[in-house]
Amino acid sequence: MCLAVPMKVTQIVGPNCTAEMSGITARVRLDLVPDVRVGDYVIVHAGYAIQRLDEQEALETLSLLDELSAHAAEE
Amino acid sequence: MNCPPTPPRNSLCIVSQWNMTNPDPSDIYFDSFRDPDRVCRLAACIRRELAGPITLMEVCGTHTMSVHRFGLRDLLPTELKLLSGPGCPVCVTPNNYYEQVRLLAQNRDVVLCSFGDLLRVPGRDGSLEDLRVNGADVRVVYSPAQALEFALMDPLKKFVFLGIGFETTAPLTAAVIESAQNECCGNFFVLSGHKIMPPPMRALVESGEVAIDGFLCPGHVSVITGDAPYRFLAEEKGKPCVIAGFEPVDVLQGLLMLIRQRNERRSAVEIQYTRAVRPEGNPKARELMQRVFCESDDDWRGLGRIPLSGLRIREEYVAYNAAQLIPPVEIPPEDLSGCICHKILRGIALPNECALFGEICVPDRPRGACMASQEGTCSIYYRYGR
Ligand code: SF4
Ligand code: SF4
Repeated sequence: MCLAVPMKVTQIVGPNCTAEMSGITARVRLDLVPDVRVGDYVIVHAGYAIQRLDEQEALETLSLLDELSAHAAEE
Repeated sequence: MNCPPTPPRNSLCIVSQWNMTNPDPSDIYFDSFRDPDRVCRLAACIRRELAGPITLMEVCGTHTMSVHRFGLRDLLPTELKLLSGPGCPVCVTPNNYYEQVRLLAQNRDVVLCSFGDLLRVPGRDGSLEDLRVNGADVRVVYSPAQALEFALMDPLKKFVFLGIGFETTAPLTAAVIESAQNECCGNFFVLSGHKIMPPPMRALVESGEVAIDGFLCPGHVSVITGDAPYRFLAEEKGKPCVIAGFEPVDVLQGLLMLIRQRNERRSAVEIQYTRAVRPEGNPKARELMQRVFCESDDDWRGLGRIPLSGLRIREEYVAYNAAQLIPPVEIPPEDLSGCICHKILRGIALPNECALFGEICVPDRPRGACMASQEGTCSIYYRYGR
């Protein structure tokens, strides 16, 4: 039930924003995540953004993983 | 690192057959965490590094869904046992909550606003859907904000939002109650069945009924709470904990991190889902939640009454509390005959041990909450044929 999906913020109007994901557009409340800017990715649960996604962290997770799998491929 | 070569993409690696049709290939949040190559390599590492039987609990229903939906179970060694925990809010909401809903529905000026997941849960006297068939006004909403919009448009009726969910969802309900206050909306109410996650995790560990070697902690609960609520599990109870995301790569990496903690004889709370979970969580959401709710003892289906595990609306916000519209309900929290959800939710039985499973109890005619909820263990086992 607490499914939450990443969406990209495309427009901000007051406490609401418009966000989109794979061509789907939704109106999303920003009450819980201050300082969101257009272009940010947020994680959306039941019509509210609950956190801003951190691209740097995502890339780091992946590169750590790939380092690990590179070793996996070598051995 | 001790990883075997990547296995060839054979039938074992069914994930390589997913079709990847995301329109934006650069999108790291979708494709990268479903990448079949990464999934296969991680699974190989798990098979290689697992040094004996281990039982891990995925606390959250969405993790159970990912494991089955992406066929991850088939990639993992049989010595790795995965238990589903009490992580689906629909499943753990006890019958007395639904009894309150039924009483509210008798009030003809009440409109019930509910997440779709709740509609088919069988209560003692039928489900929400049955109430609707019998004339109650029940509306499915995707967001608490939508329930408030209904209330503002129709001031002559009382709109009751059925607030269930863990720390992920409770701040939203808190936010909408504050919005209702700001809008001076007098016909909007919440029936709070909100709960918090760490108390049942403690109860499970302390009951000693199941031996759990580590916890895959719920990613979206932790977006709000951060890592602090699980520290007692790692520090007092010696249980490895990893907060993981919900894509296949996330789940497998989370499991691998748990196995490594055990191999290294450590127990700590680690975060795999770093792109969304900060160690401190979301303080603004927590502050809002604490302003509107206070912790109180609460009933859980399967786990009974657990101290300070529920969220009750504070006195200051009593005007928005739907419980004031009905008399107090005192019925036993569990009384559905034959259903063994209460055992499944504690990890001591699997759905196929229930005599009703798949015969009398199916997703279209659920006899218990674990079949009615999309994320219920019985429903997942039924749909994915385990
Ligand atoms: S994210 Fe929350 S509501 Fe969703 S399954 Fe996990 S614990 Fe349950
Ligand atoms: S199969 Fe149905 S009746 Fe049996 S435990 Fe699951 S939900 Fe309950």
